[in-house]
Amino acid sequence: MNKLKIKHRLAQDRLMLWGICLLAALTAVPLLAILGEVLLRGYDQLSWSFFTEPTPTAYKAMKAIEADEPIPGGIANGIVGTMIMLGMAVVVAVPLGILCGAFLAENSKNRFAQFVSYLTDLLQGTPSVIIGIITYIWVVVPMKGYSAIAGSVALCIMMLPLIIRSTEETLKILPASLKEAGLALGGNKARVMMKIQLPAAFGGIFTGVLLAISRVIGEMAPLMFTALGCSLIRFSIDKPISAVPLLIWEFFNDPNLQELIWGASLFLLLFVLTLNITAKYIAKKWNQ
Amino acid sequence: MNDKLYKIILFVAALIMPIVCGGVVYALVTDAYDAFEHFGFLKFLSSSEWSYTEGNEQYGALPFITGTLMTTLLALIFCIPFSLPVALFVGEYFKGTKVASVLSTVTDLLAGIPSIIYGLWGFYTLRPIIMVLNISPQGSGVLTASLVLSIMIIPYAASLSAEFIKMVPNDLKEGAYSLGATRAEVIRKVVFPVAGSGIFSSYILAIGRALGETMTVTMLIGNTNNIPNSITSTGNSMASIIANQFGEADGLRLSSLIAIGLILFLITALINMIGKIMIKRARIA
Repeated sequence: MNKLKIKHRLAQDRLMLWGICLLAALTAVPLLAILGEVLLRGYDQLSWSFFTEPTPTAYKAMKAIEADEPIPGGIANGIVGTMIMLGMAVVVAVPLGILCGAFLAENSKNRFAQFVSYLTDLLQGTPSVIIGIITYIWVVVPMKGYSAIAGSVALCIMMLPLIIRSTEETLKILPASLKEAGLALGGNKARVMMKIQLPAAFGGIFTGVLLAISRVIGEMAPLMFTALGCSLIRFSIDKPISAVPLLIWEFFNDPNLQELIWGASLFLLLFVLTLNITAKYIAKKWNQ
Repeated sequence: MNDKLYKIILFVAALIMPIVCGGVVYALVTDAYDAFEHFGFLKFLSSSEWSYTEGNEQYGALPFITGTLMTTLLALIFCIPFSLPVALFVGEYFKGTKVASVLSTVTDLLAGIPSIIYGLWGFYTLRPIIMVLNISPQGSGVLTASLVLSIMIIPYAASLSAEFIKMVPNDLKEGAYSLGATRAEVIRKVVFPVAGSGIFSSYILAIGRALGETMTVTMLIGNTNNIPNSITSTGNSMASIIANQFGEADGLRLSSLIAIGLILFLITALINMIGKIMIKRARIA
């Protein structure tokens, strides 16, 4: 009787182990399926002209489909737009985020800092579509038109909390003796922060910035009411501009351009995943 | 640079957060005011009509609130059978091994995939499967959206749960082992009770993610403005109705969409706040 019970318990234990291994392994399936599908379907669309030419008009694409030729053009307008908006967002969000993160790390007990910290969480959890609405109200309405500036404001707001958090957390785990040694040598707080703490925290902050970029670069919802999209390669920041995720959405909705979806997706996916892996690698190196 | 100036600069930089968040609330409330004033707050929440025929505009948020709650709940239900094993795999069974770090890289990468690509995958791969299985004729709907949504939130739920499972003290587990418990019993009787509130809070944060997910749901839910009457029927979530109609809306409709945005903002803020407070408590305990 007793022996039977033990057998039963051991069997249960083994069943649980195998069940967990199986179910955990299954989570890799969607990743492989998505990567596989985007790779296979997007691979033959990638060519030099795909990265150097703007999107074709629906009419041109239709002609090409009728003549059974590959659709001309590419996603250069999207790449340029993404880079311009991302560049502007990074230039504002990174210094501001680092300063704000430094404030939180220096004054962790202060009431105001706790409030700011709470707001950072709030903003980080805010759905991206709401950031889109807000930027529309703040920037697009007063400027009377969609623009690259509006798009970059939206991306900037989305990046800020991520950069603040990573700066704060990295500064907090630095050994206190580091800061104390700097102060003991006669440096004032600002000098110790600039010359000792921030350089020591560089790895963590840099990882945070990379992750923030990879998080916003694929965001589409905040851009559709702010940057709108444009089929030309544009460098002016006060006009509507395109971005890679906006183009994917455009291709998705236009039956004539559907062939271009996968090339654009492949580009976006590879870019985001490379950023992710690089960030993880740097974080690991820095921690050793 | 002296200390005083340094302090002032940091303080001014930190002011950005109250300014941005205050601005978000102010802008949403002032622009949603028209809709609430016109329909009445409770009426707006409980009305299921959404028609923009001129002269007789009727807007209500109920179909979209229902759509959001349905997709989120279903996604949570689908996500648990996978995220919990992943958390146990990484945090308990293979803690600190190479396999575990491979699996956590996999989930990290899942978290990195842009939502529009999840949407494409759902549309071109999952939707045909659902049509072939004859679950729903058009393929898109609440079920399809929640299935993809559940994959998207697995990483968030799993990585945080794993963190709490890792923190379960070894002496507690060893105590149970020394009494002759099997590993399955240790997990059920020791790990879950100790890490339970932490695991629970990680699911709350995953819900917070799922509530606001926009593009995936927009591409898969079918975009009809009715209350979904079964899990296979089409509908719209709060985020997807905004994504669909914001660009073409003006006047009362724009205000109604912003009002829906405000409701979504408040719900996610509340859920996230509850989650964060629970996590703090679980970390201290």
